[in-house]
Amino acid sequence: MTPSPKGQCVVEFSGVSKSFGDLKAVDDISFEIQGGEFFSILGPSGCGKTTTLRLLAGFEQPDEDGGEVKLLGQTVNKKRPYERQIAMVFQNYALFPHLTVAKNVAFGLEQRKTPKHEIGDRVRRALEMVRLKPEVFLKRMPGQLSGGQRQRVALARALVLEPTILLLDEPLGAIDLKLRKEMQLELKALNKQLGTTFVYVTHDQEEALTMSDRIAVMDNARVAQLGTPAEIYENPRTAFVAKFIGESNFFEGQARERSNSRWQIGQVGETSFQVPHHPSLEEGCEVRIAVRPEWMDVFKPDAIPPGENALIGTIRDIIYLGETMHVIVTVPGSGDVTVAVRNEGQLIKPLTWKKGDAAAVAWLPEDCQILEKD
Amino acid sequence: MAGRERALAWLYSKPEARAWALLAPGGFWLLLFFLVPLLIMFVYSFMPRGIYGGVEPGFTLEHYARFFDPLYLEVLQRTFVWSIACTVICLVLGYPVAYLIVRGGRWRTLLLFLVVLPFWTSFLVRTFAMIFLMRDTGLINNWLLKLGLIGQPLSMLYTPFAVMAGLVYGFLPFMILPIYASLEKLDPSLLEAAEVLGARPRARFQKVTLPLSMPGVVAGCLLVFIPALGSFLTSDLLGGAKEMMIGNLVQNQFSSARNWPFGSAASFIVMALVLAAVMIYLRVKDKNTGEAGSK
Repeated sequence: MTPSPKGQCVVEFSGVSKSFGDLKAVDDISFEIQGGEFFSILGPSGCGKTTTLRLLAGFEQPDEDGGEVKLLGQTVNKKRPYERQIAMVFQNYALFPHLTVAKNVAFGLEQRKTPKHEIGDRVRRALEMVRLKPEVFLKRMPGQLSGGQRQRVALARALVLEPTILLLDEPLGAIDLKLRKEMQLELKALNKQLGTTFVYVTHDQEEALTMSDRIAVMDNARVAQLGTPAEIYENPRTAFVAKFIGESNFFEGQARERSNSRWQIGQVGETSFQVPHHPSLEEGCEVRIAVRPEWMDVFKPDAIPPGENALIGTIRDIIYLGETMHVIVTVPGSGDVTVAVRNEGQLIKPLTWKKGDAAAVAWLPEDCQILEKD
Repeated sequence: MAGRERALAWLYSKPEARAWALLAPGGFWLLLFFLVPLLIMFVYSFMPRGIYGGVEPGFTLEHYARFFDPLYLEVLQRTFVWSIACTVICLVLGYPVAYLIVRGGRWRTLLLFLVVLPFWTSFLVRTFAMIFLMRDTGLINNWLLKLGLIGQPLSMLYTPFAVMAGLVYGFLPFMILPIYASLEKLDPSLLEAAEVLGARPRARFQKVTLPLSMPGVVAGCLLVFIPALGSFLTSDLLGGAKEMMIGNLVQNQFSSARNWPFGSAASFIVMALVLAAVMIYLRVKDKNTGEAGSK
């Protein structure tokens, strides 16, 4: 098994559905994964991301007329996991408690009839790859390892097979934050170094943004959006995506008139704002937009920079977050708007705002993300 | 009221006292009804026999010596062979049943209930029911004759077959339940991990399911083997006098033969042998699993 050449399609889902009784766990989803890609499936619990991974692993089969799962160009709908060229790291690691680390890592090689003299070497190399000293860990039992070490053994057990595709089911969920950050970078490095395709399931948006080449955001058994981290973050297609990945402020209104490349959007009440032209806009239609807190700024009501959208309200709260400060402004008709401002040192250069002040939140029309209906 | 509270407070302040308080009722029960009779029997086994049962004062080793008569050794040997055979048959029959129940989905509760159902009737009654099944004019022979499969009744009752059938029937649940418990605890993701690592169903069973259900197998074997060694009802009712087991021997000494000291001595010899057998079994098992771990 050698990693497939970059750019070749290694996984293909076309119109795949999977139901459990009346419940549609995965509903008509389609996507392709390229060789060598770090592909994340991101979503809240119950969105169908784990079922999608299990369909890929072969633990579940698509419904009778539920589309096709293809691996390396071959339809594998009915193939058992041991007939697929994949490896997997489980959420709870699933190390065999009755076998030593050495035996655990060698398990897959033995099942695949690897010559005996090769096994020892490959097990050692796999452990070194995940930074566990073989001489220390080979003889240990899984019960004697810490969570992080188990995680690494589970990874070694999968990588030792030199799989074309590695599936990872929330593998970092159970380890502490610092180690998790470290493992994220290590996983990404392994992906690039080995050329193995990684398919990574997670509910942690930050994790997905950090590691992925592309992300499929799942919501309610469907793919809500598929794209690079930048596309997902900077151009969310729906309110769900905008809300689930990062924070967003939402504004609604009606498209009133178009001048050149801008639309004037009128809100209930007398306020309005401008958005760039978008193919979905026409006169009189309802518009929903999202704006990231860090793309907005707070101004005195009489000092709004020209050309920016601005809504006037009252400062309800100021939250200290370290790197940034969140200024929460209650805007009549739009609710609470969160604005992230850089913290330039509250001890040296404190914010001039305080709770209860009148303030304008302002942003550039180009920073509006026009959302589709969920 | 205050006294009760003070007593409780004192118990909470002393973990050891609390442990003793919890142990006391059960411990007392065991002491009175298990340890004391055992001691009495131990003492009796070294005393001369009384003519009408009971014992006379004195000290003798003759009862222990008498046990090494070939007649009794044969009974002992038969008992061991049969108990081991019964354990093996129970294991072979019971493991698949336990495996099936664990995978039984919504039928699981019903199937477990069916395994335990026989306990609702006394073992004696059930053994009599087996007599009705197996005797020459019993149900099995009737059916076979009616179906024309046999020309004349098979004699099943009072044969080793009948005894073994009775023993296996009686002890099978004690094999199924512990194996069920250990299989039920098995983490399904381990099976999935084995599968995704390339293990086909057979390899998966040998490498993962079976080793991880060994605690249940060990417990089941002990729960069948030990009571099978001491059983006397089954061999008495289904086996006739020819198929005497050590349990029958001991029972006879205390009842019709009125030789209490010899019965006691036989009991202690069997107890010592069971203890030795169990220890060897556990030792071998530990060694095997230990090796499996470090190989």
